[in-house]
Amino acid sequence: MNSKTEIAAQDMFTETAVGKQNRYIENIVKIFFFIMTCLMILPLLLIIGYLIYKALPVLSFDFLLSNPQDNMRAGGIWAPFLGTIYVVVVSLLAAAPIGVFAAVYLNEYARDSWFTRIVNLAVVNLAGVPSIVHALFGLGAFVLFAGFGESILAASLTLAVMTLPVIIASTTEALKAVPMSFREACWNLGATRWQTIRRIVLPNSISGILTGVILQVSRAAGETAPIMFTGAVFYKPIAEGDIFAYNIFDQCMALSLHLYTISTQVPDVAEGIPYGTAIVLVGSVLLVNAAAIVLRVYLRTRKKW
Amino acid sequence: MDTNNFSIETENLSLWYGDFQALIDVSVNIPTGKITSLIGPSGCGKTTLLRCFNRVNERYGNVKTKGEIKILGKNIYDSDVSLLELRKTVGMVFQRPNPLPISVYENILFGLRIHSPFRSLNRTQTDEIVEEALTSVFLWDDLKDKLKTRATSLQLEQQQKLCIARLLPLKPQVILMDEPCSALDSKGTLAVEELMSVLAGSYTFLIVTHNMAQAKRVSDECIYMFLGELIEHRETQALFETPEHEKTADYVQMRYG
Repeated sequence: MNSKTEIAAQDMFTETAVGKQNRYIENIVKIFFFIMTCLMILPLLLIIGYLIYKALPVLSFDFLLSNPQDNMRAGGIWAPFLGTIYVVVVSLLAAAPIGVFAAVYLNEYARDSWFTRIVNLAVVNLAGVPSIVHALFGLGAFVLFAGFGESILAASLTLAVMTLPVIIASTTEALKAVPMSFREACWNLGATRWQTIRRIVLPNSISGILTGVILQVSRAAGETAPIMFTGAVFYKPIAEGDIFAYNIFDQCMALSLHLYTISTQVPDVAEGIPYGTAIVLVGSVLLVNAAAIVLRVYLRTRKKW
Repeated sequence: MDTNNFSIETENLSLWYGDFQALIDVSVNIPTGKITSLIGPSGCGKTTLLRCFNRVNERYGNVKTKGEIKILGKNIYDSDVSLLELRKTVGMVFQRPNPLPISVYENILFGLRIHSPFRSLNRTQTDEIVEEALTSVFLWDDLKDKLKTRATSLQLEQQQKLCIARLLPLKPQVILMDEPCSALDSKGTLAVEELMSVLAGSYTFLIVTHNMAQAKRVSDECIYMFLGELIEHRETQALFETPEHEKTADYVQMRYG
C-alpha cells in the first residue's frame, strides 16, 4: 500500500510527452522574443557606431564652434547648431505652457461635452497631420498672415503647433496616472479644483509631464520640413561662439536642413562633415533625452504611494 | 418633530446619472449625534445618497437631482450655500483609505490650510491641532514620532484612522462613511468601530456598510435601501429583529445575496 502510493506520486511528477513539447515551445518562444528585443537595439547601436566612425576625423570643439566655410565644403556647424537650439527652445516655450495647461483643463476641469469631444478629436487629428502640411500652415499663418516673415519665431511656432498635440497627450497621460482617490480626498475636504491640482495632482505628475515635454525636443530638433518654408535658410554665417548671435526675427540655419543641403545640394563636401553634423544632431537629442530620464528618476524617488 | 434633532433631512430626493435614476423619492431624517447605517445590496444607491449630502456627486459629471436636502436645517441647494464650506461641515471617509501622498502632519492640516489665508497658521498652532486630531483617533502614541513620514506608507488601519482625523480640524458636524472598514482586517475594523462609538455624540455619523454584523454592532438606526428606494428606516435592533417590510426581512435574514 505504502510503496504503491510512492510509485503513484513519482509518476505524477514525471514529465509527460505533452509537458516536454510545451517546454520546448516555451523555450523557443522565449528565445525568439529575446532576439526581437535585440533587433530593436541593433539599428540604434549600428547607426551611432557608424556615424561616430565616419565622423571621427572632423569631430572637435572647433567643428562645433566655427561657421561653415568655403561654400560649406569646410569649417564647422556653429550657425546651424545654434539655430536648431533657438528654434527648439522657442518652440517649446510656446508649446509647453499651452499644451500642459490645455491638458490640465481638459483632464481636471472639463466635463464630457460636445466641446471637449471636439477638442480631443482635434488633438488626435492634429497629431496625425504630416509635417509638410504643418509647414504650409506655418507659412500661411505665421510667415504671411501674422507678418513674422521667414524667421526663427515663425519656424518655432510652426514646430510648436506640430508638437502641441503630443504634449497634450503625454500630459493627459501623466495626469491620469494620479489616482482618482487623491482628488476625491481633496474635494471632500472642500478643496477647489485648483487647490487640488496645485497641491496634489501637479506634484505627483510633474515628472511625467516634464518627460513628455522634453521628449518633444528630439522631434522638434529633427524636423526639416516645417522649418524649411518658415525660417531656416541655406546659409547664414553668425558670430562664432556668441550664443546671442540670433535675433528671433532673423532667419537661421538649422542642423536638420544643413545636413540635407550638404548631403544633397553641395558637391564635393569633405566626407566627415555630414557625418559630424549628424552625430551632433543625434548626440544632442540623446543627451536631452538622457536628461529627461535622469529628471524623471529623480522626481520619482520623491513620490511614493 | 424639532428640526434640531436631525442633522440631515431629505424630502423626495431623486437623482439621475444621465438617464439612469439612481435615487427614487428618498425622504429620510438622520438624527444628530447618532450613528446611522445604510445597508442594502450593491448598486442600489447607498453611496450615491451619501455623496448627495456634501454635493460631491456634482464633481462626477452628468448628475441631475430633484428634491430637497437640508443639513442642520439649511437647504444645501440654496444659492447662498458655498460648496466648499458645506464640504468642511460634512466630511467623508472612503472605502479604501485615501490619505494624500504627503506627510502625516500635512495630511491632518490639509483641510485647514486650504481654508485659511496663506501662511496664517503658525507652528505652535499647527502642532497643537495635529496632536489633538491624532489623539482623538488614538493614533498619537503610534505616530508622534512619524509625523514626517508619508501617510501613504502607514498600515491600512492607521491610514483609515488618519483619514478620519484629517476631518476633525475642520470641525465637521456630519461624517459620512462609505464602507470604511471593507479594506481593513478584523482588528482594524474593530478599532475603527470603537473609534466611531467614541466620536458619536460629537458628530453625526452616516455609514454605508455591506457588513450586517457591523451595522448591528455600531449603529443606532438603520436604513435599508433597495434599487434606489428607501425601503425601511428604524432603530437598528427593531429593523433586524422585526423588519416590517418583506424585502428588508429577505435581506437581513440573508435570503437575498
